Amino acid sequence: MIQAIGRRAVAAVEAVGRVGHFVLDMVRAVPDVATWAGPAVVQMRRIGVDSIPVTLFIAAFTGVVLALQASYTFTGAVPMYFVGTLVGKTMMLELGPVLAGLALAGRVGASMAAELGTMKVTEQVDALETLAYDPQSYLVVPRVLAGTVMFPMIIAFAVATGIVTGWLTSLVLLDLSTPDFLKGLKLFYRFKDTWFGLFKSATFGATITLVGCMVGLSTRGGAEGVGKSTTRAVVYSAVLILLLDAFWAVLLL
Amino acid sequence: MIEFQDVHKAFGAKQVLGGLSLKIADAETLVIIGYSGTGKSVALKHIVGLLQPDSGDVIVDGRAVSTLDRDGLTALREGIGYVFQFAALFDSMTVADNLALGLRRRRELSDEEIEDRVREALALVDLSGTEERLPAELSGGMRKRVGIARAIALRPRYILYDEPTTGLDPVTSAVIDRLMVRTREHLSVTGVVVTHDMRSAYTVGDRIAMLYEGRIRQVGTVAEIQETEDPVVRQFIEGRPE
Repeated sequence: MIQAIGRRAVAAVEAVGRVGHFVLDMVRAVPDVATWAGPAVVQMRRIGVDSIPVTLFIAAFTGVVLALQASYTFTGAVPMYFVGTLVGKTMMLELGPVLAGLALAGRVGASMAAELGTMKVTEQVDALETLAYDPQSYLVVPRVLAGTVMFPMIIAFAVATGIVTGWLTSLVLLDLSTPDFLKGLKLFYRFKDTWFGLFKSATFGATITLVGCMVGLSTRGGAEGVGKSTTRAVVYSAVLILLLDAFWAVLLL
Repeated sequence: MIEFQDVHKAFGAKQVLGGLSLKIADAETLVIIGYSGTGKSVALKHIVGLLQPDSGDVIVDGRAVSTLDRDGLTALREGIGYVFQFAALFDSMTVADNLALGLRRRRELSDEEIEDRVREALALVDLSGTEERLPAELSGGMRKRVGIARAIALRPRYILYDEPTTGLDPVTSAVIDRLMVRTREHLSVTGVVVTHDMRSAYTVGDRIAMLYEGRIRQVGTVAEIQETEDPVVRQFIEGRPE
């Protein structure tokens, strides 16, 4: 029993050490701009532009449901223009970043782990090194940078979409007027609502891409190893998003 | 010159290299033969710093690979071409981009010069016209030849071949052998070839070294190896089960 606890403790410390080492290597590779600048643009398109449809789809239906649930909760107790307040606040502070983050953990994190894992087991990563490229500069920095920059942008679109569908739902299904919805939307709005959500999104983007790269580049074995890495990347990213979400709420709200 | 100095390497409890010492002279092609799993590829990876020895060292042009910092390792790798067992082509890139990637790293070349080098290297491996094809559209032999072209395009001082003929039919293997010989003649490079294909070893090697239980069992010219009295080497080169 004590041995098992000891082994787990050692494994946990080793894992933290590996993460620290990986992040340090990545930071050391940042000055090599000439190597990562080109791939970063490609990754921004892949992570950013290609993720927009799925993110907007999720945000659109979230906005609809939020408006309906707000109406269900407030009817007879709270003025209906609070529907706008709830839709706006919830989309900006919580559901926009977290739901999109979880969806993108699956889309971006999994594909990154699978791509880099395949490169690892087919010796493409070794080949890069023999061509005098640092895998951190060529593979990791562009992906993490693209995730950190593009996630807030995607999620800004998602938040806007959720608010628009919430407004349309209020108009069509709840008989709430546009001035009333906007009144609610503005009621408790603070600029912090915007930057908090976007900052949180940037940290989600950095986390998902970092986990995808780390797990992918530590892949061993063949197709089975790639499959395991893909699953691990999604699970770790999802857990870390939820932990980070709570962490930022405690620290910044 | 490349020199292994008493190199030891273990993966977990498995000792792979147990005191490997070997010298590879400039402009020669040395073939390392040995049973599967005896550490031939592991030895090769030590030369470019993909693996670090547990003890001992690999010296390339007077510099110990394990002591090189990031810039030193980059400089070392710029002088070495590496041909991987399964080619390790970047599957999202065209053949031309696979070849150009290493050249773009050497920032002194213009785009036109890079294109010329790519064309020239593909011509040398008889693959002119495949520039825009993806690796998935090539046969196993063609992929290996692109892997060789990628190494040649860099005009390196050393080329390391990891099992270049494994998995190929005899005719394609002979084509690859001829390419390795042609590469040495055209570019005067030092070559290290890891293989267990004896026909290939006799064709391309100036000297042959047999790796056995983590050390060099015997090293000598092709003729010396063919006439060896060592029972282990004899059994291996004759392919006898016992």
